[in-house]
Amino acid sequence: MVNPGKHGAGEQTTSSDKKIRVLVAKPGLDGHDRGAKVVARALRDAGMEVIYTGLRQTPEMIAEAALQEDVDVVGLSILSGAHMALAPRIMELLKANGQTRVRVFIGGIVPDEDIPRLMELGISGVYGPGASTEDIVKDIRNSISEK
Amino acid sequence: MTLIDSVLNGDRLALARLLTQIENDTPDGRAALDSLFPRTGKAHLIGVTGAPGTGKSSLVNQLALHFRTQNKRVAIVAVDPSSPFTGGAVLGDRVRMKDLSGDDGVFIRSMASRGSLGGLAQATAGMAQVFDAAGYDVVMIETVGAGQSEVDIARLAHTTLVVEAPGLGDDIQAIKAGILEIADILVVNKADRPGVENTEKALKSMLEMAHPTQRVYLHHGVPSPLRPSPVGRGGGGEGNMWIPPIIKTIATEGNGIAELAGQIAKHAEHLRVSGDWAVRERARLESEMETALQERLMSQFRERVPQTRYDEVMRQVFERSLSPGEAVKLLTNGRAK
Ligand code: B12
Ligand SMILES: Nc1nc2c(ncn2[C@@H]2O[C@H](COP(=O)(O)OP(=O)(O)OP(=O)(O)O)[C@@H](O)[C@H]2O)c(=O)[nH]1
Ligand SMILES: [Mg+2]
Repeated sequence: MVNPGKHGAGEQTTSSDKKIRVLVAKPGLDGHDRGAKVVARALRDAGMEVIYTGLRQTPEMIAEAALQEDVDVVGLSILSGAHMALAPRIMELLKANGQTRVRVFIGGIVPDEDIPRLMELGISGVYGPGASTEDIVKDIRNSISEK
Repeated sequence: MTLIDSVLNGDRLALARLLTQIENDTPDGRAALDSLFPRTGKAHLIGVTGAPGTGKSSLVNQLALHFRTQNKRVAIVAVDPSSPFTGGAVLGDRVRMKDLSGDDGVFIRSMASRGSLGGLAQATAGMAQVFDAAGYDVVMIETVGAGQSEVDIARLAHTTLVVEAPGLGDDIQAIKAGILEIADILVVNKADRPGVENTEKALKSMLEMAHPTQRVYLHHGVPSPLRPSPVGRGGGGEGNMWIPPIIKTIATEGNGIAELAGQIAKHAEHLRVSGDWAVRERARLESEMETALQERLMSQFRERVPQTRYDEVMRQVFERSLSPGEAVKLLTNGRAK
């Protein structure tokens, strides 16, 4: 962290530009965690710092973790069909905590007809089975630089 | 209201944002540390280190629950390694700390090691100071037991737990040399697993073989050797001596946690009675001071000497017409000899 001096070697460190911090959480009661793990790893490989919370998180737990970790992005993986109950609640809690700048992305099983409603809530992107992790990485990066 | 005022008022979002500033070593973060400094020095810093998967996070979770029954406010800094290739990280310690959510007396922060020399230690120390100033009574720092970071955290913490578990290879060679130098308390977790006795035995005989020498906290002082003494009495010898106790736990069930917490309290007591607490604090402040001074002198030097001049002298060193020592004299005094 300390720059050991411009003169010396060791100047190649790229860590000085701010890292993107992402919370990847699985709200709800379903145990489908493959997608969340795949996405977490893809984001890590793209140089992001991913806080993985594991299964069965309540909206309250997710909002609390997002706050303590001061993340830039919250990623929700929902394959249970409960997204229309969970997403609004999480958005509400994030806002109540003052985290209005956080970008929220959702992946999993989300019927197309639900997407407009989710976007209205302020969700930045929705991804289904087979979504390319490259696209996800790109979209997250873009959403941050727009801030 | 400034960010610092908000932090001191108990605003958790402000605290989280300040921690980010500290982690990124920003000028604001540094200034905050300066102004919070008079409020630090009260918290008990507990380091928790050990090989991957030994159960550190599960133990931290249980210990935090225990401290909460004593009404202590608990902060946790959980460090996981960054990928050396991409610089990214998956920080998974929170998965084991679900029991702590919904409690305003607990604050958990995950952190990637970011692989920078000394940077981890500096950022963790800074974060611990912020929690300390914000009124947290206990700050637990979890790190993966690997080389320098382990030693750095042990230097930062008042009490360091080294966590072992059966099944990682139970012979003495497998247990890392040097852990006795950093361990104040040895934890054999996963005591429900076969092989606990072997792990415990290996640790015991290591303790017996080692002629424990007091950790060198006196930065410029001389370490004073201690005589070896019987092991296994649960720690806390006479006088200035502390023999690391070995505690068996099952973190997933909470077994042994009360005893472990008891030993942690006993160690803190020992540090206070023996005067080691103050010695450690002073050694830490001294080295912090030294680092700050080095940095300052370095940046002053950088302002004075242009990069081209530096590169030119460096070239002479590469050609071996100047030794590194002479080069430094030339750059600072204008003369090589
Ligand atoms: C594998 C699987 C299982 C495995 C899960 C193993 C595990 N640990 O994950 C097992 C066999 C355990 C299982 C069980 C069940 N399953 Co299942 N399962 C599947 C299946 C076939 C594939 C899911 C998967 O892993 N895909 C691979 C990953 C990589 O893809 P993904 O999760 O979709 O993730 C991608 C995107 O969605 C997105 N993404 C995902 N998360 C995130 C997060 C963020 C932040 C972002 C940006 C993107 C993102 O990016 C990923 C990469 O492309 C799906 C069908 C399907 N085609 O999706 C059914 C499916 C999800 N299961 C289903 C059901 C009903 C069940 C059961 C209830 C069945 C039952 N009656 O017992 C149980 C529930 C168990 C439980 N405890 O919850 C239904 C859900 C229906 C619904 N929601 O309306 C599905 C859709 C099958 C179906 N068509 O009916 N299942
Ligand atoms: N059987 C048993 N399993 C345990 C015990 N403590 C922890 N575990 C399990 O061991 C695994 C690792 O536990 P963690 O607490 O994540 O270990 P850790 O040392 O923090 O791991 P890293 O941070 O990845 O190095 C988890 O599956 C835990 O449930 C225990 O006492 N007994
Ligand atoms: Mg851990």
